Amino acid sequence: MSGTLPSVEATPDGAVEGLVARLRRGDEAAYEELVRLTGGRLLAVARRMLGGEDDAQDAVQETYLSAIKSLDRFDERSQMSTWLHRICVNACLMRLRTRRRRPERSMDDLLPQFVEDGHQRTPTRAWKPEASAGIEAEELRALVREKIEELPAAYREVLMLRDIEELDTEQTAEMLGLTPAAVKTRLHRARQALRTLLEPTFAGGRE
Amino acid sequence: MTNQPYITCRQLIDFIADYLDGTLEASARREFERHLGVCPSCVAYLESYRRTVALGKAALKPTEDAPGPEVPAGFVAAVKRALVEQKPAT
Repeated sequence: MSGTLPSVEATPDGAVEGLVARLRRGDEAAYEELVRLTGGRLLAVARRMLGGEDDAQDAVQETYLSAIKSLDRFDERSQMSTWLHRICVNACLMRLRTRRRRPERSMDDLLPQFVEDGHQRTPTRAWKPEASAGIEAEELRALVREKIEELPAAYREVLMLRDIEELDTEQTAEMLGLTPAAVKTRLHRARQALRTLLEPTFAGGRE
Repeated sequence: MTNQPYITCRQLIDFIADYLDGTLEASARREFERHLGVCPSCVAYLESYRRTVALGKAALKPTEDAPGPEVPAGFVAAVKRALVEQKPAT
C-alpha cells in the first residue's frame, strides 16, 4: 500500500474537495456537509484506536476543530480525507499518551532470549489451533485488545498505525517523528512482544 | 547440499518481518528457509508470529454489530456548533 489511507478511501473525495472553498469562507452548511461526508470514517478510526465511543467522538470533534483552524495550511493537491485522517490519528495518539497508565512492562521481558550461540534460550512451543477453540470470537478479540494495551506505548503506537490503520512505514515514521528504520524495528518488536503475551493462551493452558 | 553453516535462531527471528513482507533478498531467503528445515522451534516461532499479526488485526477490526460509517445526527450538530463557535467573527 502506498499513498492511500484505507480507512477513508471510500469517502466520496470529489464531494469533499468541492467543499474546501466554502469551508475557507466559513460557510456553516459546508461544515455540516464535511462532517456528514467524512465523520463515519473518522469515527471508525478513533473507535479502533481509543475503544470508547465518547472518547472517539471527542477526538473526531477535535480533529475538525483543528482542521478548520489550520485550513490555510491544507495543500489542495492532497486529498482532504487523507489530511483529516492524519489529523484524527494524531488526535487519538495524543489522547492515548495522556491516559493514565500503569507502569510499563520492560520490553526485554517480552522479547525472545538467546544463548551465546544464537539458539533460543527456551524453544518455542507450537501454538495449538484447538487452544483457542473454546473461546468465543468476541472474547478472543477482547483478550488480544487487552494484550495490545499491555505493550509499552511507543510500541503499541507503531503496531496500531502499521498493522491496524495500515499506514506504510514512511507515513508512520512521519507521524511519529521517527526514522523508517526505527519504525520497522519497533513494529517487529511490538509483534514479538504481543506474541509473547499471547503465548500462554495459544501454546498451552489459558492464563 | 551446502556445507555453509546455518544462520542462527537469533538471525532468523530478526529477519521474520522482512521474510513475511517478501523483502528479503533471494540468498537471505534461501538461508532463512534452510534454517526452518532443521529447526522446529523457529518454525513454531514463525507460525505464532504470523498468527499474532492476524489476531492483532482481527481484534480491532469493526464487527458486524459495531456502529457503521453513518454519523450520529447529534454528533453532526455538536461538531457544527463547535466549529461555528470557533469561527472568528468577521
